[in-house]
Amino acid sequence: MTGLGGGLPHPLSPAGIARTARIGVGRVAYEVRTYFRQLDQVLFTFLFPVLMLGIFASVFETMTFPDGRGGTTEIAAAEYYLPAMLASGILLSGVQNLGVDVAVARTNGTLKRLAGTPMPPVAFLIGKIGQAVVTGLAQAIVLLAVGVLVFGVALPTSAGSWATFGWVFALGTVTSALLGVALSRVPRSGRSATAVIIPIVLVVQFASGIFIQFSLLPEWMQQAAQALPVAWMALGMRAALLPESYAMLEVGESWNLAGVGIALGVWLVVGLIAVRLTFRWIRRS
Amino acid sequence: MANRLVEVQHLRKSYGEHVALDDVSLHIDEGETLALLGPNGAGKSTTIEILEGYRVRSGGDVRVLGEDPQHAGVAWRAGLGIVLQSSGEASVATVREELRGLAALFPDSRDVDEVLAAVGLEQHAGRRIASLSGGLQRRADVAMGIVGRPRLLFLDEPTTGFDAEARREFWSLIRSLQADGTTILLTTHYLEEAAQLADRIVVIADRRVAAEGAPDAIGGAEARTPIVRWREGDVVREQRTQDPGALVASLVARLGEPEALEVVRPSLEDVYLDIVRADREEARA
Repeated sequence: MTGLGGGLPHPLSPAGIARTARIGVGRVAYEVRTYFRQLDQVLFTFLFPVLMLGIFASVFETMTFPDGRGGTTEIAAAEYYLPAMLASGILLSGVQNLGVDVAVARTNGTLKRLAGTPMPPVAFLIGKIGQAVVTGLAQAIVLLAVGVLVFGVALPTSAGSWATFGWVFALGTVTSALLGVALSRVPRSGRSATAVIIPIVLVVQFASGIFIQFSLLPEWMQQAAQALPVAWMALGMRAALLPESYAMLEVGESWNLAGVGIALGVWLVVGLIAVRLTFRWIRRS
Repeated sequence: MANRLVEVQHLRKSYGEHVALDDVSLHIDEGETLALLGPNGAGKSTTIEILEGYRVRSGGDVRVLGEDPQHAGVAWRAGLGIVLQSSGEASVATVREELRGLAALFPDSRDVDEVLAAVGLEQHAGRRIASLSGGLQRRADVAMGIVGRPRLLFLDEPTTGFDAEARREFWSLIRSLQADGTTILLTTHYLEEAAQLADRIVVIADRRVAAEGAPDAIGGAEARTPIVRWREGDVVREQRTQDPGALVASLVARLGEPEALEVVRPSLEDVYLDIVRADREEARA
């Protein structure tokens, strides 16, 4: 009577890992497809930073940005807000999207159904993280295109800048996705998920200099925000896209990319541990 | 002895003070279809969810496909097909996408097109599940339950909300699965469904097994004594007898042609209701 359900390799054997990877990749395609079929996701997660870029760039079109020493810079609003909205998009595609999505899946029966199948939980998570990366990347491309085509932002041409963009985006998005999955345990039901997750995301963005220039925030808020990953994502994006000379606007008057890497790396590990400790298909009673 | 796919002995489940199941024993042999019947709240769903690994038991012994569901892993689930009582919120994926994704999880899955044909969803394969009618969604649930070619299929109230025609089509689908050798545990509120599909019936009433047997034998011969019903004046009278012909002859001799004469052989539903009623009285006594 043993081995009746057999035919599957042990999850930690090489064949088992290959199976998990194969299912996970298939799951990414499934997750991306279903993401774009949900109008609310497309409007409030995917297009929201694009909309905000349009608003900020138009409203502050004539505004000048202080250089932090009593003078002003030449920087245009669209130019300043493009990296901020890229960081915002990373946060929305990961934390907001998955925080709500996984909380809803937990209460609408999706996770219960998957729990009854031989779906490896890791493959499911690869699907969700992959969804955040693919949709986040599409969102970044839309943002960059709108920035260039509509608001005439000049993008950097050096390979170094795009390499910075690449690693900040990848590290930021995976971290953000993991934190989203972990945060999905906070709402008590799928129905309350947006009410719980969206204010968190919004407040963190204000405190992290997404909507308001970071150097204008009170020092205590800057310090609090630097304990969270979002300010670092935004800093990394500014480092990638703004001209070198604008580093003088930053804390310590440098891009501090080492700080970006360390902060996001630490939060990546925090996210992995939190997901490992909190993610369950269902709570068995 | 036939291969036992399910063996339950003295199963007990309590939530604090509340006892949901008290000493339930049952078994299912390979190739057999067992119908689990009982009033709402009697413990059917608790029993089936313990067998599926969704709930933990408080006492007794449970073996499903040779393993304890509480500790079984992903490989064990590859031998199961689960159609939950409520499938939760319908997916925005299409029927085909959902089936393909599930098929990829199993070592020996059925061909997706064959499954679509078997449940009569070929015409709807490209439609989003959420856009299908309730009856078609339930067929999609069943398709998802069988695509992994399970050895043991759980069907928890699979035809709730079906019209008469859809129910008959569903029965012929189940018969074809039975012909393929699939072992099935079915719960239903439709006694005729149990009579049509089950090899054996177990009635759970008041948290215990109240009766067990083949559909045409459960409850004993006594329970199947024909009933003669007629009207005398304004009163509808009925009498149970093993010799209904003789009783009718005596009625004709006494009354002439009796009004509203009926000779009824108790259906499975009548027998079932007797079992449940007797059990309730016993519990009260």
